Amino acid sequence: MHNEGSNVISRRQLLVEDWKHTLYLWRQNKLAMVGTVLVAFFILIAIFAPLIAPYDPIEVDLSQTLLPPSSEHIFGTDQFGRDIFSRVVYGARIEVGIILLVTVISGTIGLAVGITAGYFGGVIDDVLMRITDVFLSFPNLILAMALSAMLGRGVFNAIIAISLVGWTIIARLARAESMKIKSLPYIEAIRALGASNIRILLLHILPMCMSPVLVQLSLRMGSIILTAAGLGFLGLGAQPPTPEWGAIVSDGRSYLVEQWWISTFPGLFIALVVLGFNLLGDGIRDMMDPRIRR
Amino acid sequence: MKLETFIIKRLFLMLIVLFGVSVVVFVVARAIPADPVGAILGGNAPIELVDEMRRRLGLDKPLFDQFLDFMSGVVRGDLGVSIKSNRPVIKDIAEFFPATLELAIVAALISIILGVPLGIFSAVHRNKLVDHFCRVFSILGVSMPVFWTGLLLLILFYYRLGWLPGSGRVGIFTVMPPKVTGLLLLDSLLAGDFGAFKDALSHIILPAVVLGYSATASIARIMRSSMLDVLRQDFIRTAKAKGIGRRLVIYRHALRNALIPVVTVIGLTFGSLLEGAVLTETIFGWPGLGRYIVNSLLLLDYPAIMGGTLFVAVVYSLVNLVVDIIYAALDPRMRV
Repeated sequence: MHNEGSNVISRRQLLVEDWKHTLYLWRQNKLAMVGTVLVAFFILIAIFAPLIAPYDPIEVDLSQTLLPPSSEHIFGTDQFGRDIFSRVVYGARIEVGIILLVTVISGTIGLAVGITAGYFGGVIDDVLMRITDVFLSFPNLILAMALSAMLGRGVFNAIIAISLVGWTIIARLARAESMKIKSLPYIEAIRALGASNIRILLLHILPMCMSPVLVQLSLRMGSIILTAAGLGFLGLGAQPPTPEWGAIVSDGRSYLVEQWWISTFPGLFIALVVLGFNLLGDGIRDMMDPRIRR
Repeated sequence: MKLETFIIKRLFLMLIVLFGVSVVVFVVARAIPADPVGAILGGNAPIELVDEMRRRLGLDKPLFDQFLDFMSGVVRGDLGVSIKSNRPVIKDIAEFFPATLELAIVAALISIILGVPLGIFSAVHRNKLVDHFCRVFSILGVSMPVFWTGLLLLILFYYRLGWLPGSGRVGIFTVMPPKVTGLLLLDSLLAGDFGAFKDALSHIILPAVVLGYSATASIARIMRSSMLDVLRQDFIRTAKAKGIGRRLVIYRHALRNALIPVVTVIGLTFGSLLEGAVLTETIFGWPGLGRYIVNSLLLLDYPAIMGGTLFVAVVYSLVNLVVDIIYAALDPRMRV
């Protein structure tokens, strides 16, 4: 008994040590810290958008059109007299919403397909993996474009389109994890106790797959913004007057030469936020790497 | 498994997957309730005209019959007639694809020229300032949206400086070289027409740099980690212990071994290049397949949409197959 108790404590201590070590590695990794700061700024801007933005992002003011950056409008105004800074600030909310919804939807589809395929194996696995292969055969943006155009252009359909092309990597990962887990003795033991397949899948396999899947989902957040902005830019995603960043860049295309600020600032924000996610992602990848972790 | 068996098995799997791809393309284009006839004729067209159009496009048949028509066409290489250009879609693809291929090849070269040295420098100077700089530079490439980078470079090099042309593959006064491969750079060289070559080169630089820079990061990252792996191995220590100079160890001994995984990533990069080509072609007015698909989508020209996406998926699958085969040839453990 005594032995078992100390075992539990030492395991907990190990976990705490593990976290401390991760925190230490993160502090060592300057680029990951820069990434964290950029992402944190992005989320704060999205949360406090109404407090930060000085003007309404959608209201048209024809007396203020195409003004260059000044102390009144620090990013200038567009052809409808809307303040670019306010549009960019509110745009952060749209992008956060897109990231969250796409992550949840594609994560759910990927997990469902992946753990089912990995757990049951055989014909079910073959069929589900061929379906995954089919979706992997399209370059992401091209299938998302087609889906979005056919569903009808708009933010929500763009979200559905991006989710429907983004689940494949998650499915493959979850499949590999659940294959590993299902052969462990404790699953055997639970099955011997009479647990149903559904119960084993949902209560015992799914939770064990979560952490690698969450890491993978976080690595993809930057590319979700790029895809959404690409759709918005092509006119196949968010529609005007929605202040989606890619769509704002597109708004400024006709005014590129004289009114450079309309396209430049939202694009700069996309670049900074995606850079933040990618630096953070690179750091996470390094921290997960056992050769660096030791 | 023998390499031949592996290749046959993969080809068979690819056929199954491509059948699935055709189903997805069909479902996306036809079963989803967008109204192509309405998009072509406008909302106020008389009902007889709408019926006539539906009959001409085969939209009055049951969905399953439509699918059979589509599939039998695909097998025969007949992708239908584009509503907008009124030409067979396959002819449109044949005209536009070489432009995309040329752009993707030049962009791939640029990403290799940038990515491989960046990865090497990063690995050799690991965790030093040089490493940080190289990593930020390459990650910046994949973080900046290509449509934005493209617009900024257009402002600078076309509108302000006037050094480079802004759109198209050649200037309007340039006589196109006789078509051999469809790749203008190659065709103009084959014809010995250096004027046309220079013109084509000046047109491709901006889009290819934008596209290539966006694909640099994945090559640089794999080059760095592969180089770090090799540098840790015993034979490198032996080489150093023998007194071989640092440069020679890195470039003669380590680099050769570290390049193997990079080769496959270069193949996979092709997918992201096809994707980026859609946006780059739109910005630079590049008459390629990406722009063709975007235009068809905006007009709901669905035979062109189906043909274009199906073609891209087939090309993408073929590239992945070739990459897998190269990998399997290099490393027998991969033949599963």
